Amino acid sequence: MAALDQTQVKEGVDQETVDAVREVSTYKYGWDTDIEMEYAPKGVNPDIVRLISDKNEEPEWMTEWRLAAFERWTKMDEPNWAMVHYPKIDFQDQYYYARPKSMEEKPKSLDEVDPKLLATYEKLGIPLKEQMILAGVEGAEDMPAEGRKVAVDAVFDSVSVGTTFQDELAKHGVIFCSISEAIREHPELVKKYLGTVVPVSDNFYATLNSAVFSDGSFVYIPPGVRCPMELSTYFRINAENTGQFERTLIIADKGSYVSYLEGCTAPQRDTAQLHAAVVEIIIEEDAEVKYSTVQNWFPGDENGKGGIYNFVTKRADCRGDRSKVMWTQVETGSAVTWKYPSCILRGDESQGEFYSIAITNNMQQADTGTKMVHLGKNTKSRIVSKGISAGKAQNTYRGLVSMHPKAKDSRNYTQCDSLLIGDKCGAHTVPYIEVRNNSSRVEHEATTSKVDDDQLFYCRQRGMDEEEAVALVVNGFCKDVLQALPMEFAMEAQQLVAISLEGSVG
Amino acid sequence: MLEIKNLHVKLEEEEKQILKGVDLTVEAGKVHAIMGPNGSGKSTLSYVLSGRDGYEVTEGSATLEGEDLLEMEPEERAAAGVFLAFQYPVEIPGVGNMTFLRTAVNAQRKARGEDELSAADFLKEVRAKAKSLKIDADMLKRPVNVGFSGGEKKRNEILQMAMLEPKMCILDETDSGLDVDAMKLVAEGVNALRDEGRGFLVITHYQRLLDHIKPDVVHIMADGRIVKTGGPELALEVENNGYADILAEVN
Ligand SMILES: Nc1ncnc2c1ncn2[C@@H]1O[C@H](COP(=O)(O)OP(=O)(O)O)[C@@H](O)[C@H]1O
Ligand SMILES: [Mg+2]
Repeated sequence: MAALDQTQVKEGVDQETVDAVREVSTYKYGWDTDIEMEYAPKGVNPDIVRLISDKNEEPEWMTEWRLAAFERWTKMDEPNWAMVHYPKIDFQDQYYYARPKSMEEKPKSLDEVDPKLLATYEKLGIPLKEQMILAGVEGAEDMPAEGRKVAVDAVFDSVSVGTTFQDELAKHGVIFCSISEAIREHPELVKKYLGTVVPVSDNFYATLNSAVFSDGSFVYIPPGVRCPMELSTYFRINAENTGQFERTLIIADKGSYVSYLEGCTAPQRDTAQLHAAVVEIIIEEDAEVKYSTVQNWFPGDENGKGGIYNFVTKRADCRGDRSKVMWTQVETGSAVTWKYPSCILRGDESQGEFYSIAITNNMQQADTGTKMVHLGKNTKSRIVSKGISAGKAQNTYRGLVSMHPKAKDSRNYTQCDSLLIGDKCGAHTVPYIEVRNNSSRVEHEATTSKVDDDQLFYCRQRGMDEEEAVALVVNGFCKDVLQALPMEFAMEAQQLVAISLEGSVG
Repeated sequence: MLEIKNLHVKLEEEEKQILKGVDLTVEAGKVHAIMGPNGSGKSTLSYVLSGRDGYEVTEGSATLEGEDLLEMEPEERAAAGVFLAFQYPVEIPGVGNMTFLRTAVNAQRKARGEDELSAADFLKEVRAKAKSLKIDADMLKRPVNVGFSGGEKKRNEILQMAMLEPKMCILDETDSGLDVDAMKLVAEGVNALRDEGRGFLVITHYQRLLDHIKPDVVHIMADGRIVKTGGPELALEVENNGYADILAEVN
């Protein structure tokens, strides 16, 4: 009885906090959707791993793969070398599986679709036609699409709720589906590539992900095919106390090309939520992959309460000669970010590029950067990192450039710029450089600057308010990276820059 | 239009009095010129009117059409119609000149409760105005003032002024560092904006500019005060004899 009373009091307090946060915060995607959800019990153990595997109707080999990963994970320790500080995460106090109930039976028309699910997509800025397809409305695929096509896979909490344009993509031999579908329908491809770029034992979070990943996207581009449209995945953490562990696998076969976009949002919660994704990209000879992310998870409130803990392992393996990968990321959200999209430049003359904007405001912490591992001859890499800190935030660029003995005549260029807004925030640059042959060249440039009062006054004299002025100056600072994004994302990213810096001045 | 009364200004950080009782009224439709030796407080006056940080008004007032300017934020003053063509225009790396202009125009329209200018209307207007100032498409795309020559920067200030259509234009040494051709362009730009409803305060060292922009009134500023006011002939006197005679006379 006493316990129950306590719970009620606590809930009352929490509700107040939630409401207060909602009022003061400016996080644009901070609504949550009250959809009937189906949960697995809290915590993680072999039974939960089996349950997830079972829910996804996976074959035995996959279940075994997961269980082996779980076994490993129990023997691993959480890494602590990053410049981020957060309360200890109780991995048994999380839900590892949640999905909307309406998924159990697909709707026939838009009227039957859970209107809240539709509203969610609308707020995420996904066009109506795609909304219908995502909601699983039969026949929506045959409607004419306006403008440029973007195929979307939407991952709502633990599950992919739909993928658009699958039929049209199939005509080109492109496979774009949820990873759970790929495990069922294309086991030969999944078996061949899964875990080959990020091994099961890679790191604490990747190993956990290998055990409990619930869904994610799968892409296969066959030899010589230029993917006819942008592919994109929207990740949405909606359910409370639910970790999201998605797994993305992209394979660009010889001479193919694909541009892939990833967007992320989550509602405001006063409890921190865990996100530990793994992205693996395999790029064969002469193939090219562009991977763009606009990450806008809830960053927590001004006092550092709530927000997403984002521990992500992203890695591209340029296996073939002359293969190419470009990572572009705009990181504006999350309370804690731990993320180093990496390039393994294995093929001769392969190229890796990394363009990053990381904005931290209030109490946010980001430790992000990249690893460029040069293994092949004549390989090239380029890193352009723009870190912006405001409030009491801490922003660290951590980058590794490694030239192996066989990576003759390879080159790296790194440019690392930090911008500070106010004097309570911090920016740190931690470059690791290893050169183990004498024909390779590594260049590193780093700058730190403050938003200049004269610039702000100039903008304000022309009529912009202080926040608008800061957003303009910061967008200018980030231009090299914004330019690397596909058009639609660049617009969204510019607005995000403005939104995430609100309240950073004055 | 602009009324400045007994304006006293000191630096916020130190006990240095810069303006020591400035009285000045600019009527709508008139061009007033301010001349004066270096360090007399001309730029400070323009900054205080437009709301730059770092100065403290210890006495006096400044109003635009009866509204207290000194109470407003810089952007509110801009929306109310105060424009300052900077002596040293500021560079903003990575921000296209056109983007900057459009953001500024729309910010002011929004502040005044007007609709934003459509992209098409904005482009049409900006191209026409840029053309008359000999600002080419390339300069409109380049980042604001970055790598601009002195002349380009000043012409760019006038373009902004033409787009924003302010009520009260303050030009701080817009002529300095300009060759004769560039100065003519700038003067033409200013003259094109002369209008019954608009006032000008033109700060300059040289008669040259005033040959092209005919002032109605000329003030001489020295040591934080307006020490002499007259017609266009006063500028000629400065040109011929320097400030020494005038300063000796008022002392
Ligand atoms: N921010 C400042 N810090 C220190 N001294 C200043 C500052 N602003 C102006 N002054 C001083 O005030 C005086 C007037 O300067 P200014 O207004 O620039 O004169 P003008 O434009 O007439 O040449 C000068 O002595 C100048 O050094
Ligand atoms: Mg001056």
